[in-house]
Amino acid sequence: MHITQGQFSFLPPLTDEQIKAQVIWALDHGWAISVEYTDDPHPRNTYWEMYGHPMFDLRDPAGVMKEISECRRTFPNRYIRVMAFDSSKGWETPRMSFIVNRPEHEPGFHLERQEMQGRAIRYTVRPYVTERPEGKRY
Amino acid sequence: MSTAQSHADQERTDARDERRITLENDGVRQILEKVNRELVGLAPVKARIGQIAALLMVERARHELGLTTEPPTLHMCFTGNPGTGKTTMALRMAEILHEVGYVRSGHVISVTRDDLVGQYIGHTAPKTKEVIKRAMGGVLFIDEAYYLYRPENERDYGQEAIEILLQAMENDRDDLVVILAGYKDRMDRFFQSNPGLHSRIAHHIAFPDYSADELRTVADLLLEEQGYHFTDDARKAFADYLQRRMQQPHFSNARSVRNALDRFRLRQALRLTQQGGSLGVEDLTSIDAQEVLASSVFGENTDSGTGPSGQPSPQGSTTDPAS
Repeated sequence: MHITQGQFSFLPPLTDEQIKAQVIWALDHGWAISVEYTDDPHPRNTYWEMYGHPMFDLRDPAGVMKEISECRRTFPNRYIRVMAFDSSKGWETPRMSFIVNRPEHEPGFHLERQEMQGRAIRYTVRPYVTERPEGKRY
Repeated sequence: MSTAQSHADQERTDARDERRITLENDGVRQILEKVNRELVGLAPVKARIGQIAALLMVERARHELGLTTEPPTLHMCFTGNPGTGKTTMALRMAEILHEVGYVRSGHVISVTRDDLVGQYIGHTAPKTKEVIKRAMGGVLFIDEAYYLYRPENERDYGQEAIEILLQAMENDRDDLVVILAGYKDRMDRFFQSNPGLHSRIAHHIAFPDYSADELRTVADLLLEEQGYHFTDDARKAFADYLQRRMQQPHFSNARSVRNALDRFRLRQALRLTQQGGSLGVEDLTSIDAQEVLASSVFGENTDSGTGPSGQPSPQGSTTDPAS
């Protein structure tokens, strides 16, 4: 199951050239870019692990691309996303976030139905991979 | 671009190569002219920069005509005494590299040891890498690079910074140009202990000291920039001042001249305020001989006390030794 999250989730995976173009866009706006990774694909998993520090004061996308490729080499089988943080007053929040790497095989989610009083049902979504401990999931 | 392509498709003659090169020359020539105007003297340096610029233009022309090109290594080392224009030249170099399309953004990140070397174990690598990432697409200018290596302390983290730098200079050649700068003798010693660094730098450029004549031209240029000029007497006095100042310790070429000019302006301002009355443009823009002669380098034969304002000279001489 192809998991989608953040920007461009409706598009096929971005090529490096396209990622670079997005990074240039972010840098032109003065946003700080960071690279993050995780192996918990749950949609409510907001806080991913940081790969290195956020990159401030960059002028050129080469540094970011280098960081992305290093992260891919270290964690080829994890989800990796690129975020652009806008520190200007009133925003102070990530302005961009998109996935740049995903595990080769994505097993998807288990849908659990919990039966309640009457005929009510509560739904829970649980990724199959989280049955295994962190770091051994993909 | 497209015309170059079509030329290339039609035939690859030397004449067409040549025409491309002269066509694309303009931006670079403007910068080289700017260098010539802004930086007095430094003939060997300018010659070398001109060569590098020419090589880059030829490389680009070759690239456009589809010939094989090996991206040149452009890491440089500027050695020379203080105030000989190393930093200014690094800025211009970045502009040239940007103009010929060798670096993408043409910005200069100027750093010293503090920005690269960390304070505890594990601090150096991220710090150096961050600086390298910031400099990518532009020029990384490391001033007084020899401070990176401290032979007296074998646990110094500087060595680690050098290693990461070496790696980046080798692997990210397309994205990064590193320029090291420092005094000649210390840089030589630095390279002796880091031979790998020496061999990875293609261009070792020595900045010669300025002659007295060149320094006078520098002074005139600087004054002109600030909207001042010397009176004839002051120019003579300044020549004398330079002779004396150059003999003194801590003389740092153009920088000393600039500092001297700043002090002249201070004294001029004080003279004008004390003099009072109405002032014309000439009064406001001219540096008089007494401002120059009030300097402490003239020692015993200071004669500015004879001027209408007795005050400036003692004050002038007290500010002098501090600089």
